[in-house]
Amino acid sequence: MNRSPVSRRRRQVLQGAGAATALGALGFPAIVRSQSDSIRFGHLTPRTGFLGPLGEYAVMGVNLAVDELNAAGGIMGRKIELIAEDSVNPQTASTKAERLLERDKVVVIIGEISSASGLAIAQVAQRNRTLFFNTGCNSDELRGKSCNRYMFHTEAANSMYVNAEGQALLRDGMVKGKKWYSLTADYAFGHDLLRVSKRFMAANGGTFAADELVPTDAADFSPYLLKIRNAKPDLVVSNLAGAQITNFMKQYMEFGLPFPVAGFGFDTAVAWGAGKGNVLGIWPLVWDSQVKSASAQRFTEAFTKKYGKPPENQAWGDYMSTKHVAQAMNELKTTDSTKIVEYLEKGAKFDIMKSREGYYRNWDHQLMQEMYTITFKPAAEVKDKWDLFTLSPPVPAANQSLEVLAPTREENACTMPA
Amino acid sequence: MLIQILEQVLNGLLAGAYYLLIALGLSLIFSLGGLVNLAHGAFYALGAYFAVKLADTIGYAGAFIASPVLVALIGLVVERFLFRRFYREDPALGLLLTFGLAMVTEQALRWIFGAAPIPFSIPPALKGQVLIGDFIYSRYRLLMLAVAVVAVGGLWHLLKRTPFGRVVRAGVQNPDMVAALGISLAPYMAAVVGLAVGLAALAGVLMAAITGVHPAMGADILTASFVVVVIGGLGSFWGVVLAALIIGVVRGLTVYFFPPAAEASMYLLMLLVLLFRPRGLFGERIQRFE
Repeated sequence: MNRSPVSRRRRQVLQGAGAATALGALGFPAIVRSQSDSIRFGHLTPRTGFLGPLGEYAVMGVNLAVDELNAAGGIMGRKIELIAEDSVNPQTASTKAERLLERDKVVVIIGEISSASGLAIAQVAQRNRTLFFNTGCNSDELRGKSCNRYMFHTEAANSMYVNAEGQALLRDGMVKGKKWYSLTADYAFGHDLLRVSKRFMAANGGTFAADELVPTDAADFSPYLLKIRNAKPDLVVSNLAGAQITNFMKQYMEFGLPFPVAGFGFDTAVAWGAGKGNVLGIWPLVWDSQVKSASAQRFTEAFTKKYGKPPENQAWGDYMSTKHVAQAMNELKTTDSTKIVEYLEKGAKFDIMKSREGYYRNWDHQLMQEMYTITFKPAAEVKDKWDLFTLSPPVPAANQSLEVLAPTREENACTMPA
Repeated sequence: MLIQILEQVLNGLLAGAYYLLIALGLSLIFSLGGLVNLAHGAFYALGAYFAVKLADTIGYAGAFIASPVLVALIGLVVERFLFRRFYREDPALGLLLTFGLAMVTEQALRWIFGAAPIPFSIPPALKGQVLIGDFIYSRYRLLMLAVAVVAVGGLWHLLKRTPFGRVVRAGVQNPDMVAALGISLAPYMAAVVGLAVGLAALAGVLMAAITGVHPAMGADILTASFVVVVIGGLGSFWGVVLAALIIGVVRGLTVYFFPPAAEASMYLLMLLVLLFRPRGLFGERIQRFE
């Protein structure tokens, strides 16, 4: 009965103080350390909507890269902390980019697939003088009219896709004197791709039977297929994007039209999503796990081990960009964006998991790299659901400059704003 | 050219049937329960996913029947524990509930199966095309059409020719009077939701073979189905049927004449209809919504 309220209170105070001390010793410095010692990378990419299927692979790629980098000591001995979000659409992408840069103080933003959202992120990154690595936007315009000093492109430009695919089409005699019927995704990427593919077609003596815009949310292609059937083109050309291509291929096979199909933009995931027996055509591709280089095989193995399925082109883009950023920061011993821009503009060479090394071209910041085309195997030769197509040898050929596929200064002028 | 336009009209009429299965269910749930079911597209997606997964083990035909039944059962559970509490509440609450449910379902599908579409094909027996004169059509879509016609006919019969349908129609007009006559609407409401959800799942099963099966597939089709309901008019069975066919045709013709507006055309149509007939084409006057 001799416990007075006073002593109880004192004991509580003591306990409180003890707890606070313990927290001070353990918890608090841990928080401080994560704030001052880790280096934050921002990642934005669409995870929902018609590009969501690709964004999912992007997220897997960047996560794997950060895991591997941290296991190997991070950047200058500091851990990388990844803040990754769904970019949704251009407005949301812009808002989230601002928040990443201004509140979270990320040292780089990596990602994006939609050319429209990519432009929005690029503008915010430039205002903040921070690096933006574009891993999935194809529009030439981002490398040309809308180029800026802080934006680099590991994803190939539309021109590179068109020229790689174009070489295959020229070889097969599908251009000169031939009538094309094209379907184009009705947004920034599609418009840009249509412009570039028209230029290629005109330069090589082809004509359009028709070129038509398709809304990105169109799920039923039957009205288009009826029109194509009546137009009797020599080649049906897809400038579509994301889930659109899955729907298009499935329904093209369903209607059994006899005309050959080619495309100027492609992602492996959309073919996996259509599946065996629902795929056709010749398509360009920026990377595939069939590439034989040692680093490509290492990446494929690590990816398959972590996620239980093979990587595709989008996972490659985000994985590799993250590695390039970290490599540059480690070599320069700084996270300063301006210094990294200078370093990359000097033509630093990078392993890009292909047979030749790549470099970022100094006047438009486009990664110079080999490209591939794919053709689908007959259904009987398909071994499993990932094994749908055969990959061509790389273009350009080993004795040609990597720049032959890329747009020239005249075709895609870029004047970097200071 | 005339032939080609006719082709588009015919194809549009057939295409309208896809919206119909979803739109009729939406219209029913709204008419009877006053609930705008934004989760209807989610049930459509569930139907597609169940079909893909079941087809591996029990074959196409089994999956085709089992998937809508399973999803309808889920619908009954959702009705019993969630929808039922919101029939008499502020419509905004029901909107919030079903919107949330749609998001949870879509994200759950993404979580379990991934964001990438999963492959699914037309059953081998139904592959191929049918030529009628010069008009080409896929055999599979003819089957879809037949299923849609049977489902719509069956629903019509159920609503107009059976005691069940009479209670449901009375409930749409005046639930208080139905209650005063000593009839509880609760089991009818549950049955209607189960039926409507099952139809949405059936649409999902049918579409899985010809479009990408991905988590957001429901959100895409839901908007179009709402437009059908609004144009057709609330509470009108044939209004919804007519609206679905009109939208199919208008979309086809827009693709023929001006493809970039293909998806916008139906919203324009909705705007026009609402300007001149605010109740929709055949909308009935429902006392409790006035």
